[in-house]
Amino acid sequence: MLQAIADIVRLDGAEKHFGAVRALNGVDFHVGAGECVGLVGHNGAGKSTLMHMVAGTLRPDGGRIAVRGNQEASYSVARALELGIRCVFQELSLCPNLSVAENTRINHPSLSGLGWRRKAAALIQAKLDEIFPDHGIAADDIAGDLSIGRRQMVEVARAFTLTREPLHLVILDEPTSSLDAHTAGQLLAFVRRFVEAGGSCILISHVLGEVLQNADRIVVMRDGKVVAADAASAFDRDKLVAAMGGAEGHQRTAKETRKAEAGALRVRARPARQQDGKELVARAGEIIGLAGLAGHGQTDLLLAIFSAASRARAGVEVAAPVALVAGDRQSDGIFAQWSIAQNIGIRSLQRLRNGLLISPQREAELAELWKKKIGIRTPDMNNNIYSLSGGNQQKALFARALGSDAEIVLMDDPMRGVDVGTKLEVYDLVREEAAKGRTFLWYTTETEELDNCDHVYVFKNGRIVANLRRDELTEEKIIQSSFGDAA
Amino acid sequence: MTAIAPGTVPKSSPRGNAARARMLRSLLPALSLALVLMAIAWLNPRAISYFGFNLMLNLAIPIALATIAQMFVIAGNELDLSIGTFVGFVGCVTATWLRDAPLVGIVVLLGSIGVYALLGALIHLRNLPSIVVTLGMSFVWQGLAILILPKPGGKAPDWLLAILAFKPPYVPFPILAALLIAAAVHFGLMRTSYGVILRGSGGNAAALRRAGWSLLKTKIVLFALAGLFGVLSGMALIGITTSADANIGNGYTLLSVAGVILGGGEFVGGRVSPIGAVIGALTLALAASPLLTFMHIPPDWQVAANGAILIIVLAARVIISRRER
Amino acid sequence: MASLRMVLEKPWLWSFVGALVVWVATVAFTGGYGAGGMVTAALSLAVFTVIVGVGQMFVITLGPGNVDLSLPANIGLASAVAMKVMGGSDSMILVGLLAALACGAAIGAINYLLIWALRIPPIIATLSASFIIQSVDISYGRGLQIKPPPGFADFTNWQVLGIPVLAMLTVLFTIGAALALQRMIYGRSVLAIGQNIRAAWLAGVDVGRIRFLTYTLCGGLGGIDGALLAGYFRGANVDIGNEYLLASIAVVVIGGTSVAGGKANVPGVWGAGLFLVLLLTMLNTFGVSAGVRLVLTGLIIVGVITAAGGEKALR
Repeated sequence: MLQAIADIVRLDGAEKHFGAVRALNGVDFHVGAGECVGLVGHNGAGKSTLMHMVAGTLRPDGGRIAVRGNQEASYSVARALELGIRCVFQELSLCPNLSVAENTRINHPSLSGLGWRRKAAALIQAKLDEIFPDHGIAADDIAGDLSIGRRQMVEVARAFTLTREPLHLVILDEPTSSLDAHTAGQLLAFVRRFVEAGGSCILISHVLGEVLQNADRIVVMRDGKVVAADAASAFDRDKLVAAMGGAEGHQRTAKETRKAEAGALRVRARPARQQDGKELVARAGEIIGLAGLAGHGQTDLLLAIFSAASRARAGVEVAAPVALVAGDRQSDGIFAQWSIAQNIGIRSLQRLRNGLLISPQREAELAELWKKKIGIRTPDMNNNIYSLSGGNQQKALFARALGSDAEIVLMDDPMRGVDVGTKLEVYDLVREEAAKGRTFLWYTTETEELDNCDHVYVFKNGRIVANLRRDELTEEKIIQSSFGDAA
Repeated sequence: MTAIAPGTVPKSSPRGNAARARMLRSLLPALSLALVLMAIAWLNPRAISYFGFNLMLNLAIPIALATIAQMFVIAGNELDLSIGTFVGFVGCVTATWLRDAPLVGIVVLLGSIGVYALLGALIHLRNLPSIVVTLGMSFVWQGLAILILPKPGGKAPDWLLAILAFKPPYVPFPILAALLIAAAVHFGLMRTSYGVILRGSGGNAAALRRAGWSLLKTKIVLFALAGLFGVLSGMALIGITTSADANIGNGYTLLSVAGVILGGGEFVGGRVSPIGAVIGALTLALAASPLLTFMHIPPDWQVAANGAILIIVLAARVIISRRER
Repeated sequence: MASLRMVLEKPWLWSFVGALVVWVATVAFTGGYGAGGMVTAALSLAVFTVIVGVGQMFVITLGPGNVDLSLPANIGLASAVAMKVMGGSDSMILVGLLAALACGAAIGAINYLLIWALRIPPIIATLSASFIIQSVDISYGRGLQIKPPPGFADFTNWQVLGIPVLAMLTVLFTIGAALALQRMIYGRSVLAIGQNIRAAWLAGVDVGRIRFLTYTLCGGLGGIDGALLAGYFRGANVDIGNEYLLASIAVVVIGGTSVAGGKANVPGVWGAGLFLVLLLTMLNTFGVSAGVRLVLTGLIIVGVITAAGGEKALR
């Protein structure tokens, strides 16, 4: 353990809630000088929230933060920058309407006065040359015109440019997610050089090999807590996966292989980027898993299937009404002004009609039915949807889909940030509904959920790379297919 | 749903195409202006002369200035529906107080720029929809204009008349002025280091905040600049028409929005172009009346011509962006 | 306490309170003279604002960026069309009204077509459209000084017990609009789109169709309004709709509809319509000049939106 005084940054008991969701639950975390800390964990484990705190963009609800041994009472982005702490966020933060040089200027208040354009251009050009020798990016390229990979390169390079402010710690949140193996290698090699020269780095990545090879120390998070922290050499891939996934309490519900006979064909879909003949096939009564790393084309395929239900679409056949359960509740699911009952009823308005008007009574009946069936914990279904905890909001979205006439239910990683109790209840319900003949297409980033599926398609780079039956389904196989570091 | 390919950067990037399409789009304003000019030259060759341009582009200066004012507001992802009546208000102040009591006039005009800055602050702090706020303000400016000048009249200060009557050799004054305005604003917004921040606030406000910039300040500066150019527009207008009328600027709201869009600006995303905006304003000034007069189109259809030009240019833009894919 | 909170939670009530305060102030000023007449006049004039206000409300409720700026031009053209079709003959009243409705609805449909085909913000689409409509109107209505048929003029000015019949009909219409908003699939869909267009699509709402319907509806209401205005003021003219751009947006905002979309209020449109008309009457009664009247109207709108504030955004 390094001495406290050598820490660049140290958080003690950091806490953060978003409404009823506890994103961070008392986290102790520190980064030493000249150290690269790897931070791993599943989506929603709290990594990004923790990093926002270190970068000063989020204020902790509890706990303390100290930079180089000094307690920071009013920590902010400006203060973090002053102290030499910078962050490359997962969501791109370039201004698409500005050139590469102009985007560099934004992070450097001192780049002003006569000749600033030349200085900014030279600065970013030199850093790009240093990190990605054959980058092919010009300083006057407009950011919005660049491919997503190049934008990420600019963003990373920008974080390492140096003017007046010091540079001690750079947080890299999934810095290689849009890079090919070659550029990712260049970046990681640069990170090592930076760290060896005395800089510090926090590296967040889903590519475990990257973290194992480049981090000095690895911190594993789960459910808003740090669950393991040790020198990188103390971990190997299996230990990391075990720490991330939570091996405890994950007993496989021994399920007999149901349904030898195949039901009616419901969905046949080929991802847009698929070049070989593989396609997704789903039949009545089946629960089909979509696995792989986040953002590798699973959601795109679900949305393609969703739109094919109302409008014919090449490569996708859908034979029954479709409903979708959103994972990103805020942007894809919730109607914030409405009650729980209205949020549930919106997908079933045709059936709730009595003549021309929607019958409030039928709407209430539908809501009550699902309140009981799925166990939504509220005194009154007429309360606003936001009166519910996150898990119960998600149940309401399930009720919307399951209470509708849809025979095909698409689930877009719906269990993100949902508590275990809720999850188990919903799993049972899904299996029950499938037994009645409904088809489920279930994209999930949580491997253990795939145990509920009859078979699983593994996605990588927008393509189906494997189709695993339940009896051949193991975590290792999924990881082999999706984490396969060979690009 | 733009499918991105994590892990792969295609070796032949689409950047070349995107840049080419953007280039094409940025040429669109100049092309439309050239088209209108060619049409005029064909219909009436004599119009393409020193005096012809002086006459045809008479009102181009105030329109260009109002368009620049609107452009600053649009650069920050807002919209100013009050710029027209504001120009009218400034005109009334110019034709009365600025001539009779210059000090009062100057204070009032500076104060009105201050009001614009305050509106920017209000819109940012209370997170208000700019179109409702400025729609309300359009009534305020109109009312104030009527209070200052209940009946058409007043007279522009002599120095202002002298400036706008300036006849430089070879190049008609409106063209010279347009070049000057375009160059000055282009330098300020596109070349200075703070101009980058102003445009960035429209492009990705969250990124700017993360980098430690004040979005309140950028909004205030953008609105104050809009106020400044609104004042210049009103003064220029009165310098040309010599007397004022409370309703004199009413058409400028629509003209200014149309000018920005014609000039390649976009409603959101901080993508604006000062040079394009001035070209757009010139195109509108020419298309609005001289062209139609030469084409023997009744004045009834002048407004429609503005609308049609706008729709045609937007349609051309859609076609270009479709090809981009 | 509870009832007080209920009042505070219903911002649209304030528009009625405002209307009442303004009325009382005016009546106090005149010493009770003309109190009833004022209500009658206010109801007559508020009708025109309410009709377009309801249309604008549905459009604004579709969410940020949705607004119909073509209403004034639409009203102007429809008033001319209605008068020309009626041709001063009582037997053609219904045909004329239908023509105005069709004309307005066509304009609304074209508005949406521009939004959809050119993928441009509704503000600029309806603006460009309004340029063209305006010209069509000027050209079409040139030299026309057609009066409404006497029967139609009488109908629009008809009162029973001091209450304008048109106002009663408009109350019925607004009840229908409120039902459509809260209890019909159409209204639910509009509200859903306004709250979260992507979530609405994913919940199975036919977003394109609903938006098309809404712009068409708003245009149609503008058309009807134009015909009624021409009847009430006994003649069509190009500028007849001019004040309804700000008025239609103002009644929506003052009436408690969220400019961020997804939350609408029909009774509030009535309250705000009455408030605006009575405010003008009051200012006229007080003898303030046109300038002061405009300034105050503008300031009140800015003040109301500032007080309501905190929501984004009509863009």
